[in-house]
Amino acid sequence: MKAKDRILYVVFVSLVAVVAAVGIGAIVLAILGANILQTYVVIFTEPLRDLFGITEVLVRAIPLIFVALGIAISFRAGILNIGAEGQIQMGIVAAAALTIALPDVPKVVLVPLGLLAGAAGGAAWASIAGYLRAKLGVNELLSTVMLNYIAAQLYGYLLRGPMIDPAELQTGSGTPQSVRLPKNAWIDRIIPGMRLHWGLALALVLAVLVYILMWHTTWGFKMRASGASAKATRYAGISVESCLLSAMILSGAFAGLAGAVEVMAVHRRAIEGISSGYGFTGVVVALFGGLHPAGIIPASVFFGIMLVGTDMTQRILSIPANMVSVLQGAVILSIIAAKMVINDPYTQEKFARKLKSFGKSRGGSSGTPHSGAPEAPRGGHKGGAGVTDVTEVGQ
Amino acid sequence: MSVVTIILNILSIGIPFSVSLLLASLGEMFNQRAGVFNLGCEGIMSMGAFAGFMSAYFLQKTALGPYANWIGLLLAAGIGVALGLLYALVTVTFGAPQGIAGIGLQMLGTGVAGVLFRHFVGGVAGVPGLANLPIPGLVKIPYIGSVLFNMNPLAYAAFIFVPVSWYILYKTPWGLKVRAVGAAPRSADTMAINVRRTRYQALAVGGLLAGVAGAYLSLGQAKMFADDIVAGRGFIAVALVYFGRWDPWWILGGSLLFSIAQSLQLSIQVLGISFPYEFAVMLPYVLVILVLSFTRGSSTRGPAELGVPYDREKRI
Amino acid sequence: MEAKNATRLDSKNGQNSQPAKIRELRVEGITKRFPGIVACDSVDLSVGENEILALVGENGAGKTTLMNILMGLYQPDEGRILINGQPVQFKSPHDAFAAGIGMVHQHFMLVPNMTVAENVALGLRESHKPFKLDLATVKKRIEEVSERYNLPVQPDAYIWQLSVGEQQRVELIKTLCFGARFLILDEPTSALTPQETDELIALLRRMAADMSIIFISHKLAEVTALSDKVAILRHGKVVFRGSTKEQTAASLAALMTGHEVVLPHNECLVNCGKDLLVVQDLRVRSDRGFLALDGLSLTVKSGEILGLAGVSGNGQKELAEALSGLRKIEHGKIMLNDIDITNKSPRQIIEAGLGYIPEDRNTEGVVPSFSIKENLILKDFASPRFSHGVFIDSKAEEKNAVELQKRFDIRCSSLNTPTGSLSGGNIQKVILARELARSPKVLVAVYPTRGLDMGAEEFIHNRLLELKSNGVGIFLISEELDELTNLCDRIAVIFKGKILDTLSADEATRSKLGLLMAGINPDSVSTEADTPTHSPRRSAHES
Repeated sequence: MKAKDRILYVVFVSLVAVVAAVGIGAIVLAILGANILQTYVVIFTEPLRDLFGITEVLVRAIPLIFVALGIAISFRAGILNIGAEGQIQMGIVAAAALTIALPDVPKVVLVPLGLLAGAAGGAAWASIAGYLRAKLGVNELLSTVMLNYIAAQLYGYLLRGPMIDPAELQTGSGTPQSVRLPKNAWIDRIIPGMRLHWGLALALVLAVLVYILMWHTTWGFKMRASGASAKATRYAGISVESCLLSAMILSGAFAGLAGAVEVMAVHRRAIEGISSGYGFTGVVVALFGGLHPAGIIPASVFFGIMLVGTDMTQRILSIPANMVSVLQGAVILSIIAAKMVINDPYTQEKFARKLKSFGKSRGGSSGTPHSGAPEAPRGGHKGGAGVTDVTEVGQ
Repeated sequence: MSVVTIILNILSIGIPFSVSLLLASLGEMFNQRAGVFNLGCEGIMSMGAFAGFMSAYFLQKTALGPYANWIGLLLAAGIGVALGLLYALVTVTFGAPQGIAGIGLQMLGTGVAGVLFRHFVGGVAGVPGLANLPIPGLVKIPYIGSVLFNMNPLAYAAFIFVPVSWYILYKTPWGLKVRAVGAAPRSADTMAINVRRTRYQALAVGGLLAGVAGAYLSLGQAKMFADDIVAGRGFIAVALVYFGRWDPWWILGGSLLFSIAQSLQLSIQVLGISFPYEFAVMLPYVLVILVLSFTRGSSTRGPAELGVPYDREKRI
Repeated sequence: MEAKNATRLDSKNGQNSQPAKIRELRVEGITKRFPGIVACDSVDLSVGENEILALVGENGAGKTTLMNILMGLYQPDEGRILINGQPVQFKSPHDAFAAGIGMVHQHFMLVPNMTVAENVALGLRESHKPFKLDLATVKKRIEEVSERYNLPVQPDAYIWQLSVGEQQRVELIKTLCFGARFLILDEPTSALTPQETDELIALLRRMAADMSIIFISHKLAEVTALSDKVAILRHGKVVFRGSTKEQTAASLAALMTGHEVVLPHNECLVNCGKDLLVVQDLRVRSDRGFLALDGLSLTVKSGEILGLAGVSGNGQKELAEALSGLRKIEHGKIMLNDIDITNKSPRQIIEAGLGYIPEDRNTEGVVPSFSIKENLILKDFASPRFSHGVFIDSKAEEKNAVELQKRFDIRCSSLNTPTGSLSGGNIQKVILARELARSPKVLVAVYPTRGLDMGAEEFIHNRLLELKSNGVGIFLISEELDELTNLCDRIAVIFKGKILDTLSADEATRSKLGLLMAGINPDSVSTEADTPTHSPRRSAHES
């Protein structure tokens, strides 16, 4: 299929997917009796009106970048990490506990230590699911989801119990929150008065590192092979189990890092609701960004806008903020459906023929075999080898 | 307190608790037997819970009041079917990966339920819900009578559905088709069985049961609605089918086991044992992981093509 | 839309009314396109009353596609089907059944976890009562058919319990129960021993008295033995149509490929060199927990091609997996070039010098979405040749790919294309290139030419012979007896997880191999099939 036709095809299908997602949201808004157009306008433009809004968008984007990078690594390696929510919480706990315990360590040391602790906490939590999958073949979708619930309870217990701010106990208000983190553990704000912080720099640097890791190192090669075809990878002498485990651990580390950054830069104490759905939004961001750092960064900003925007619709239009979950769910369903259609050579072919029958003289009748089904993250490639099992180029 | 009283106490809370999980798991069993697993079950249950609650809440003062519960159940069933079909569209027609599709459906279902609840109701609100229907005579049986025979009609129906679903799966033509389509879709295709249609049907049935399972939570059990009312039961249902070996009787046992674990936190409070309640709440989820870890090898007994989209054009 | 002149499979009155006899089946101008290729190109064929037509062609020639169209699984883009002179349209397998067409597929279309009766019930509409599955009716029908054609079968047996030959019988009975008056068989003898093949041919001859038959085969000896007419497909077009009596296997082969084909033959039958691969008394379990290998021993010497013949399902898969470290060995030993590789990891076995061409090239041999470049270094990406520390040396990767492409004549538009989009022969070349470039000591090749056309087969055979002359020990597992007798110095026969006997090239006749494959050792008094414990008189160590 000619490159021009292919691009047109991809754009067309993507547009349909966007319409579908927007449409599902619109149905819900209609049931609420809201003004659909106005709502969408508020969601997508209101956050960008002033500097504060823009910095807030970035503040939300930062943990998304971390989480999505980790999820992209795990997905590409063939293990689906849906447990980022719990891993973030464990990262928060680890970072908070460590930094609270070492208030006098100089900032230059404490901040990296706190971040490492957060990464370690997330990694440790993820390693449970990773180990269960690698050694016992337990489906990670189920185990990570269960671990999320367990982590939530653990988090609540710690914040109400051992880690609670003594001041809360004294005043008797019992809000589950920890002591404020020592000043040496605070990550600085970039612009005074706004919440945007230097975690952004870290996120961007990590994005570049992840790209190099996955596509230019032997480790990344193993991971991608393992995710694309576990069988062939095993036959090639690579241990798929250790790939899955290490991918999961790294993925958890990223999520834990997200938690550490959030608690050290934004909230500066461990409270309930910090993770507030970043774990799940991260999954959508990763998918939306094509499981690639270059796509994840803009996708994170996009979803940051959506998160801030739906907060605003709650304030301005009284539309509940959970609208964002609705949109995220709709986006996931549309994206994965669209992806299948884009990769399907049969619908591609039909589309090309329909274009021709519009009377425009485009080339390419039944089309030469499209040389290159895009690398599907989970080996779900369709119509490739099977269809062209004919002798090619005059064998 | 005697041991018997304690056990009875636990059972009398745990058994009715299991109805929701049982219904959802049986629904998921049909899905998985046909070769598709639906993690979105959680989202369908949320929507079902909300639909049931909504009808009861808004109709209770109107002329339709006495029927409010049943309308709610019907609505929940209908929405369940619709969501099941939506899921079928994405995973069967488009052939998208089922794990992610399930998570997407879950976000959608839970999100919509949450949005609508917050908008239309917004606070804590209760409904009278389904009344208990003690079976005369049987309820007087010492010890177990008050536990087993004093539940609401939907609960009875759920337990009766266990042997019914066994019959459907193993003794009817439709059940045969469902099993064939999950184990060997290509073979079924060559015998003129419409693989896609059968999978759609199975997912519709699964969705219906999940919707009703959700409605049971709001109408039959908690008699109210909250964002987290489903609390992971949908996911547990998917796991349950796997280690219930896709068989209705094992699934019954599994759902009783988990529900008793889930209800232990209530029992503990009732019995006055001091134990951090967070750990009690954790229990069913830990149990799922433990059971999943120790039931390998049953995968060879499951539907061979579970999770694999069927593509007729793919050359073998 | 049902077939017009044939009586319906009427689900309304619940009866399988007998479809009218098919006196003539004709296809005219059938064309079917898939993305990028034309699978069938204006095909015209006809089969008359009680005739047997053989459909011949290389892989990818379009035979199976054409049959799938006749079965209602695919819709033709152009052309029509005529039964007894009337055009019919098959929108689904249902319509084909109604018209009386039945097909026995190459890969059996059975549900393993169900019984024979349940499998038949799936397609027998009249047993689908509203709330009940009427298995009694099904069993009665099975009994009728089974008696009529002398095909004994147990209705309550589970499919996975049956042997390959028995399963094929079930497939046959299934189609006959659905009222088939016209049989299509796709590669019916590919999984049978020579003796079973002869039985099947005799059976089909008998059935031709009742109905017409089309069978697809690439085994030209069978084509000449069984069919009345033969049609040859090449690249979707019919290139020859005629009476079988006027052809020989050689003339058919030439028509199939378009040129004279002579497959390379192993001339030098000298075993030089030491024992490179020694397998001793291996005991290995299958997925279902049975003993797949039960005391298996064999030896491959340097510069030797040892073949393994046997009906699939006798332990070949488990043996190959045990050799490459993918399956646990419970008992026994494997030595590769004097290194003990029993139960070592696949990586260690690869390092010890084992090359491996797996059975399923698409899922085991290459990562389909990876580029050709990447697949060529799939086993070596971490070695100093292709990496500096943790970083992959993309220049070395590129250079390697260019060189191997030339040496192995890999046809592709670019080295960056995903390997999965190549043709089967080219994918096999990628695998071959990768394995051979690593200079293995022993090469295990599992069904290496399965599904490939003669050109690719020739290429691979030449390469194998080349390796042999370089002192590599080759273990060739194959189901094509011709391939084995052509190439191998010795041929071992596997049966129920043991090596029944090993024959040298001159001793290995088709009939001897056939008997061994069926479990009958002609040299011993009792047969393997009869006695529960049997030790072969000649151990596999001798040649």
